[in-house]
Amino acid sequence: MEIKKPAIAGTLESSDCQVAVEAGNGTVDFSLDSTVINQFGYQIREVVLDTLKRLNVDNVKITVVDKGALDCTIKARIECAVYRANDITENLPWGGVIR
Amino acid sequence: MSHPDKKRLRRTMMFLNAQKPGLIKDPYIYGADSIMLDLEDAVAESQKDSARYSLYHALKEINYRKTERVVRINGLDTPHWQEDIRVCVAGGADAIRIAKTESARDVLTVEEHVLAAEQEFGREEGSTLLMAALESCRGVLNTLEICEVSPRLFGIALSGGDYTKDLQTSISGTGVELAGARQYMIMAARAAGVQCFDTVYTNLDDMAGFEQEVEMIHRMGFDGKSVVNPRQIAVVHKIFTPGKKDIIFAEKVVREIDEKKAQGIGVFTVDGKMIDIAFYDGAKRIIGLAKASGVYEGDL
Repeated sequence: MEIKKPAIAGTLESSDCQVAVEAGNGTVDFSLDSTVINQFGYQIREVVLDTLKRLNVDNVKITVVDKGALDCTIKARIECAVYRANDITENLPWGGVIR
Repeated sequence: MSHPDKKRLRRTMMFLNAQKPGLIKDPYIYGADSIMLDLEDAVAESQKDSARYSLYHALKEINYRKTERVVRINGLDTPHWQEDIRVCVAGGADAIRIAKTESARDVLTVEEHVLAAEQEFGREEGSTLLMAALESCRGVLNTLEICEVSPRLFGIALSGGDYTKDLQTSISGTGVELAGARQYMIMAARAAGVQCFDTVYTNLDDMAGFEQEVEMIHRMGFDGKSVVNPRQIAVVHKIFTPGKKDIIFAEKVVREIDEKKAQGIGVFTVDGKMIDIAFYDGAKRIIGLAKASGVYEGDL
């Protein structure tokens, strides 16, 4: 999927994360700010990259500000941001690339 | 064949905003019989899409233990409800609560889309239960037809805030403005053989008033109450769970009726109270409720 326009999803509340995406320079440019970066930084990175790969997004600048979100929340916020970047809100592939 | 969970124990249904990860990650710890993951009023219009992703992953990845997972979808007068149904079914929600139900037609419309989603996502047909929230005078007046229209429908719930707005009054705390709807709904639900749930009590600082209201709706015959705070759960469960004295008496009634029936005796006394066959179903219901609540130790 392309990132057609900048988009954001999630909040800065506890247990949540805020994900911002915009078109990249031909690669995945990932940055992370997390309250638990020392304990879970690598795990969060893995979830972010896996989710982008599943969504077939390979040209993006993605920023994640994490406030202790579970993996399922991180995935949900990335998917939301990517689909918002494409203005898609209906007939989503639940159980397909969203899983 | 009827769904095995259609009549399960539902003393409490706790509302949770599906968009808030902090709320939906572990609510089973509070012990509500059901949680109500909300896609409707609790979610801002600009976050309707976001709430669906949260909901989907929560349903798929969080183990809610024995807590039933009901999802409140947006009303049929919004552009959101069809995608809401798809995500509920794909995620494997146990049941869908239809907001602002006005007629049997509304239930059938949702049922058609749920069936289509079950086919699309490979879920067993008929596995997703429904409940209807009645939030208007028209909805309440159509209660019986709503209760009887679908084998998936396990119950109805009063939504007091919207209902009193439509009635052109407001919640007073006395219950007088809700009396007609409550009485009518419980009668229709019983006539149709479905469950009936009372509206939320939003004044969290008035626990005495809450307890009084729960006592009243329990006495009226409701199956449970919607709650908005974990503090309210224990109060409802205490009132809706049969006490030891009631259970022992119910056991005596059932045993005596079985025994006396075999002897051809129709009317007799148990602990000084006149008993006949009319008491049988009520006594069996108390034992069933005690079993479902996990407090029954007998052998009936």
